[in-house]
Amino acid sequence: MATSRRRFLGYVLAAPVLVAAASPGEAQAAELLDLNDIMTAAALPTSGLITVEINTDGTVSFALPRAEVGQGITTSTAMLIAEELAVPVHRVRVTLADARPELLFNQLTGASNTTIATYTPIRVAAAVARKRLLAAAAVEFGSDDLRLADGVISTADGRRIGIGELAAKAASPRTLAVPVELTAKDDFTVIGRPHGRVDARDAVTGRKKFAMDLAVPGAKPAMVCRPPTINGKPGTVANLDEVRAMPGVTDVVTISTGVAVRAETFGQCIDAVRALRVSWKPGTVEGKSDESVLRELAAAELPLGPRPITPYVEGRFTFHFRSNSALEPNCAIADVRNGRAEIWSALKSPIVAKQTIAARLGLPVGAVTVHVTEGGGSFGRKLFFDAALEAAEMSQKIGKPVKLMWHRADDSRQGRTHPMATSRVRIAYAGNLVLGFEQRHTSVTTDLGHGLGELFTAMAAKLPIGDKAFAQTFFQFSHTSPYDFGLHSRLLSETGKGFNTGSMRNVYSPDTTTARELVVDQVAGRMGRDPYRFRHDMLRGERSRAVLRTVAEAGGWGRKLPAGVAQGIAFHAEYKAVSACLVEIDCRPETVNRPIRDGVAGPRVTRATFAVDVGLAVNPLGLQAQMMGCVMDGIALTLTSSLHLRDGYFLEASWDNYFYTRQWNTPPELRIIIMPSDSDQPGGAGELGVSAAMAAVACAYGRATGTMPTTFPINHGTLSFVPKPTVPPIPASPVDGLDHVR
Amino acid sequence: MPEHTFRVNGEQVTVDVDSDVRLLWVLRDVLGITGPKYGCGINVCKACTSHLNGRAFNPCAVPVRDLRPGDEVVTIEGLAATAGGDLHPMQQAWLDHDVVQCGYCQPGQIMAAVDLVRRVAAEGRDITDADLDGIRNICRCGTYARIREAIRAAAGS
Repeated sequence: MATSRRRFLGYVLAAPVLVAAASPGEAQAAELLDLNDIMTAAALPTSGLITVEINTDGTVSFALPRAEVGQGITTSTAMLIAEELAVPVHRVRVTLADARPELLFNQLTGASNTTIATYTPIRVAAAVARKRLLAAAAVEFGSDDLRLADGVISTADGRRIGIGELAAKAASPRTLAVPVELTAKDDFTVIGRPHGRVDARDAVTGRKKFAMDLAVPGAKPAMVCRPPTINGKPGTVANLDEVRAMPGVTDVVTISTGVAVRAETFGQCIDAVRALRVSWKPGTVEGKSDESVLRELAAAELPLGPRPITPYVEGRFTFHFRSNSALEPNCAIADVRNGRAEIWSALKSPIVAKQTIAARLGLPVGAVTVHVTEGGGSFGRKLFFDAALEAAEMSQKIGKPVKLMWHRADDSRQGRTHPMATSRVRIAYAGNLVLGFEQRHTSVTTDLGHGLGELFTAMAAKLPIGDKAFAQTFFQFSHTSPYDFGLHSRLLSETGKGFNTGSMRNVYSPDTTTARELVVDQVAGRMGRDPYRFRHDMLRGERSRAVLRTVAEAGGWGRKLPAGVAQGIAFHAEYKAVSACLVEIDCRPETVNRPIRDGVAGPRVTRATFAVDVGLAVNPLGLQAQMMGCVMDGIALTLTSSLHLRDGYFLEASWDNYFYTRQWNTPPELRIIIMPSDSDQPGGAGELGVSAAMAAVACAYGRATGTMPTTFPINHGTLSFVPKPTVPPIPASPVDGLDHVR
Repeated sequence: MPEHTFRVNGEQVTVDVDSDVRLLWVLRDVLGITGPKYGCGINVCKACTSHLNGRAFNPCAVPVRDLRPGDEVVTIEGLAATAGGDLHPMQQAWLDHDVVQCGYCQPGQIMAAVDLVRRVAAEGRDITDADLDGIRNICRCGTYARIREAIRAAAGS
């Protein structure tokens, strides 16, 4: 990719004010080497349908066809437009586009692909707008000697005009093709510089609106009384009339997933759900437990190759079910009346949601409007639209708008999970040479039915691996072989249906990487090599070695630590990016057993150093935040967070049952290093950091305790809470809040 | 239905709602004050943390009947006014450290942080790591490190 100014073609669209778009960039479609190449190529043909609009007040509007769920893409997108248009970032208004089926595969937020796929098309659209504005100003002033800065075009002799005043004059009554050049990297003044989130002020003042904060007329609170086991179905309700007469309750109706109630307040929904007496039919994983699923996985595992004649190290690892619950639970507003439906929800696959909801309701797709709201976290959860489907079904049944929300207990017990998996790794070696790497990953089936499968199918003819099932495609294309380990063989086997699964941040990679890195430590040990040096010598490419070297140097690899405290180091590459993590963990009894009320203390990661090279970092501040969050996820995945399956249901029903990292687990010292890069292309970042962080914590734990951990999280064998009842399905709201005021 | 009178963000309000409805829903569903967020409903996640007469509390666990006419509830929307500016110093620290990611838990985090700094100051000492470890508010985006920095900065200013 040349760093000089490349020419691109864009369009001015017929409109009363200036509206500009990129042209479909087929010229860019290069070799499809990884998952992101596939997604980027799938998005390209419709990139001309995404437009930058200049408003008469001097602001710039852009409806981003992606979901903002905390990852910072509204900010980075505003920065891209601000750069090309020479307007202040705060004058760029980035909103989230409604579901637009004509965008085909260009409205799916996943695989950390947003910036990779949109980096060029958005800038081209903005560059077209800039060129048209300058042309309009040239007519206005009768001069070509013009300067555009801060949203104002000025002449050498001091005449000035704002872009808002030119919005109509620069418009075109017909669509025009416009060749443009993009700002060269060396001339960037916005891209690559730290920028605070564009919505930060709204967030800290309580003005930021999530789906449940919207005031949609008539959309009263609604909740669903859910079955005691996963995906059980509702039978008869013994006390329907009694619950309908409860204070505030307006409607009670059976839907496909349970018994839905609508009331004046969510508090009254909770009371009504708890009062319902429903006879339940069996669920889809009735009687299953952690143990029985583990047996299914063992039966489904693909064999490793023939036993090597050279020495080798093998490891077998178990990764328990984990929840991808965000803090904002599953929720949606739906108004389905008079043959039309309108939906509001944080959705990463809004086109598939729109099509599925239309089919469920028996409406034409064009009669369903889907608004994408800002999401309170995703971690994979918002790729699906479970609450939007329920809200639509309920609203249609009662003929009234509903604001439907899952209780936290529902979100944890019936919500989507990262499936349980095992990973078997074998590394063969001789002397100081590694001869082969084999990995057999066996997982409960991951549901990818949110549009990614359709995307793969559409691209299949262009992929070199033919028509393998798309889970296998996803697995192969999301994994690279970072180490020079001779022959590689890596296979995924999936088994079992019936669980509500989905991708969780970084999908398969945290587990596969942790398994690999733990065995890499073992091989280094057998060879008598230092684990850092060994990795460094085996890594392919200077970019990879540089991140590893950076954490080793900045984190003080090898420094003297007390017994029971140790370091771990790990590497991961994905999304056209490379990352490395070095942590120190304190496993001494006084730390592990420190008192924590209703929580898990356990080993403490006391120091984490993380280095990342994503190529061009559009917003280093946002990238840093993502990596910090990834480190917190990695700590939780290794040490504390899992779901326990018993008798067909998950025991966890609260944030004090599911132990995501809390302040008492947070490393007091945390350093993120963003590597300088001369690349002019960005990589993906939203999920990147989880794998190296999880693996580094696991390696450190192994070294501190003198064991090799094989089951994750390490505390899964100890149930650290008293499970809540399953009937009623949600706990009562406490009344003692004032007793806790300090 | 019974009427309940109390003060919210400097204004007296009277609501006509069942006595045992928790204050969180009175704020959100009746009064349209949506800064305090729902994250669990059982006083665990702390996303709804607000202030009652200057002290942190969780309205998901307080029936509206517990409030008296003189009680002053401050939500995130009313926090800045308690400091007499557009932003409370804690909110400014949050901006300075770009703490927020998705933002869903942050109103509760900020209200809890203000209360922590108040309690530590009342004890005449500095914020410690143990104080910060003791914050129970969950952040699923994992903004914990920046929360710690922002609180230390606001406490020191």
